[in-house]
Amino acid sequence: MDLSFATQQVIYGLTLGCLYGLLAIGYTMVYGVLRLINFAHGDLLMVSAYVAFFGIIIFSLPWPVAFLGAAIFTAVIGILIDRGAYKPIRKSPRISALITAIGVSFLLENLALVLIGGRPKSFPIPTLFNGSLSIGELKVPVLSLWILSLTLVLLVIVIGIVHKTRIGMAMRALSRDIETVSLMGIDENRVISFTFALGSILAAFGGVMWCMRYPAVEPFMGVIPGLKAFVAAVLGGIGNVTGAAIGGLILGLAEVLIVAIQPDWSGYRDAIAFCIMIVILLTRPRGIMGENLPD
Amino acid sequence: MINLLNIQELAVHFGGLCAVNSLNLRINSSEIVGLIGPNGAGKTTAFNVITGIIRPTKGKITFLGREITGKPAPVIARSGIARTFQNIRLYDDLSVIENVMVAAHSSVSYSFAEAILGFGRFTRDEARIRKRSQELLDLMGLGHLTREKANSLPYGSQRKLEIARALALEPKLVLLDEPVAGMNPTETSDFAKFIIKLRQDTSIGIGLIDHDMSFVMNVCDKIKVIDHGIEIAWGVPHEIRNNKKVIKAYLGEN
Amino acid sequence: MPDENPKRDKFLTFISLSFLLCFLWYADNHFSNYTLRILNNIAIFIILAVSYNLINGITGQFSLEPNAFLAVGAYTSAIFTLSPEEKLRSFIIEPMAWPLSEISLSFPASLVVAGVVTAFMALLMAIPVFRVRGDYLAIVTLGFGEVIQVVANNIVSVTNGPLGIKGLAPHTNIWWSWGICIFTVLCVVRLVNSSYGRAMKAVREDETAAMAMGINAFRIKTLAFTFSAFFEGVAGGLLAHLITTISPSLFTFLLTFNLLIIIVVGGLGSTTGAIISAVLITWGGEALRLVEEPISVLGFEYEGIPGMRMVLFSLILIFVMLFARSGLMGRNEFRWAILINWLKRRKTSEAKNQ
Repeated sequence: MDLSFATQQVIYGLTLGCLYGLLAIGYTMVYGVLRLINFAHGDLLMVSAYVAFFGIIIFSLPWPVAFLGAAIFTAVIGILIDRGAYKPIRKSPRISALITAIGVSFLLENLALVLIGGRPKSFPIPTLFNGSLSIGELKVPVLSLWILSLTLVLLVIVIGIVHKTRIGMAMRALSRDIETVSLMGIDENRVISFTFALGSILAAFGGVMWCMRYPAVEPFMGVIPGLKAFVAAVLGGIGNVTGAAIGGLILGLAEVLIVAIQPDWSGYRDAIAFCIMIVILLTRPRGIMGENLPD
Repeated sequence: MINLLNIQELAVHFGGLCAVNSLNLRINSSEIVGLIGPNGAGKTTAFNVITGIIRPTKGKITFLGREITGKPAPVIARSGIARTFQNIRLYDDLSVIENVMVAAHSSVSYSFAEAILGFGRFTRDEARIRKRSQELLDLMGLGHLTREKANSLPYGSQRKLEIARALALEPKLVLLDEPVAGMNPTETSDFAKFIIKLRQDTSIGIGLIDHDMSFVMNVCDKIKVIDHGIEIAWGVPHEIRNNKKVIKAYLGEN
Repeated sequence: MPDENPKRDKFLTFISLSFLLCFLWYADNHFSNYTLRILNNIAIFIILAVSYNLINGITGQFSLEPNAFLAVGAYTSAIFTLSPEEKLRSFIIEPMAWPLSEISLSFPASLVVAGVVTAFMALLMAIPVFRVRGDYLAIVTLGFGEVIQVVANNIVSVTNGPLGIKGLAPHTNIWWSWGICIFTVLCVVRLVNSSYGRAMKAVREDETAAMAMGINAFRIKTLAFTFSAFFEGVAGGLLAHLITTISPSLFTFLLTFNLLIIIVVGGLGSTTGAIISAVLITWGGEALRLVEEPISVLGFEYEGIPGMRMVLFSLILIFVMLFARSGLMGRNEFRWAILINWLKRRKTSEAKNQ
């Protein structure tokens, strides 16, 4: 395998990894504060994709407005999901919350199916994101550069929020011990809503980027990326934002590179994440960046 | 009298916090040993380490001469250490007798295949477990509540049920975490009589944590006092009562 | 307090099972093929719901595996019942791998193999998952469901790839499906009422307290998971030989979702609830199919809306979880004593009213 081919594949891998990472951060934050696998998180990718799609096609909005609208709409949906479905059963056994999460995920998917239909729609890619730069033999898609830089910017912002602001501090405190936080006089529901909003916005940007990279919008598009993003979050150490991003990158690189090296295995691409998951659980259940949290 | 439990230089750290620091403790058979100290002294943590729920940072625990430090909780329980919990942890949705029968699971000799087919050791074992559990409930004065759900019992009865459950494990050592918390004076003195009798009848060793000083002084043969994870006194009740360090630890804030 | 009376209860159970068998005999001879198919479906769904409830409801470990285990069971038993000639004929992309291509078993033997293979898969999954924490079980089993489809599509020399396996003999009839259904229910009920069942419930109620009482939670969870996998695998074999054609796309997450609804509506943790709800929802789901098909009522044409059934189902699931979490039965089980007492009370109150 020559160098330019390898570099090319690494760029593709990193691009995919960033998308996983953006989704994984949402999973990891919600799991951190609520100890809940938010199965509906992957579907937010689909919600945002449809909003952006309709914004551009039906309402002929300029793309920045449509993208921003998608982010805001998805954040609202994220908060509504928490308020409507998860908040009422905060004190119930964990299994109730997990079942509700599955219900919400299914509801979003099938509501989209009923309202919009199952035929995949091709996403209109704004010209700014089209084309590619040629560096020697290397062809770098402009979109990849956008995805990489946007992910980096968002990651810096999120880490800034989590570590430097008051609400971020409350989020971290919440991931340790809910009761203490209420004692500290912080409204835990506001913190949880904020967490959902932040995670949803990242998923929304991930969604818009996803359908520019793989331009088919359909009701079940979020299922597999969501599943893999959760694996990325576990790989990075669940509850750890930087870890989730790194986990996403590793998973993206692994998927692209394994298939590049061994084209025969391309059929098994979707199974790679699962195998990684099993290996982590067996060897390093707290993930690569995981810290020791008291149970 | 046989030495049951022997703890040497036990230490537990949570992150930077030191919950227990170089604790030494011996409990012999037919002996009631109290572990007391102000809130946050590390008493419950010590129990959690002994029963394998938390791993110690340092130190050695032996039970009947065998090292059990850091062993999994079920293994320690099966070797003969039973416990109750400070905040009552019953199996809420199970009936009173089922709660007790669960603890007898380790004595079951039938395989799950025999359970399904329902012959051989299954019938015999089930009858034995049920009879023994009923006996223990009668002993604790809960015999008439067999079919109630555990969480429908009043607080005091729940504490008693936890003890019946612990005894169903047929332990050599029982650790009671605040057994009389929430009981009224009559119940407390009845309970004191009960554990003294239990010790006489069965020769099991008992370790207990409680904040009710008169109860602790009344039933314990020996008492260990710890504060902020550090051990400050050890002796028979009247020695402890007059120990300056102990008085200071309890009243020091004033 | 209702009186327990083992002898009377056994007798009553025997009588009602005989009635059920008479009904099945009548059904087998008089009902239409469509109705019989629904009856078969109900039996398979009872098997699935009861075993799925064992791990989710009784042991309290949330898993999402039934579609995966159904697939494993269905493929395993299908591969073993086809004759070598049939295999030669239907595996057109790639011939079937030796020695599978030569082996052929009877239907019941293939069901046992299906159960054992599935249980073995479950065991392999339980080891990484239950060593850590239970809530990863959900995502690992969900992932396994996706992987099974990927694998079934790709190992063409075993599964015939996306083409699937066609032309299976329709071995599954009322007697096989209901016979195995009754067997499964009896096994699960006996297990739940044994010390192992109590240990499972203890793990659900408070894992730490269970371990402090000498219960090896890892082993108990693994037992429950493997046990339910066995029956899910057998159900897969029954399903394969009922519909006679299987392909990877058949075993989507939708199947698992249906079962989740069944056990939640029935009451998580109640075997009785799982059975009642399996009957209701399999029947009701069949009726609801109308929503998705074009119909004309009084001259108005309604277009069917795909997905509507699932929207309804997910709303039901969320609603039950939020407002009626105990479902139909809570965690209660049917007991003869309760029925008899209820009948007695009704009689006395009727007598009073007169």
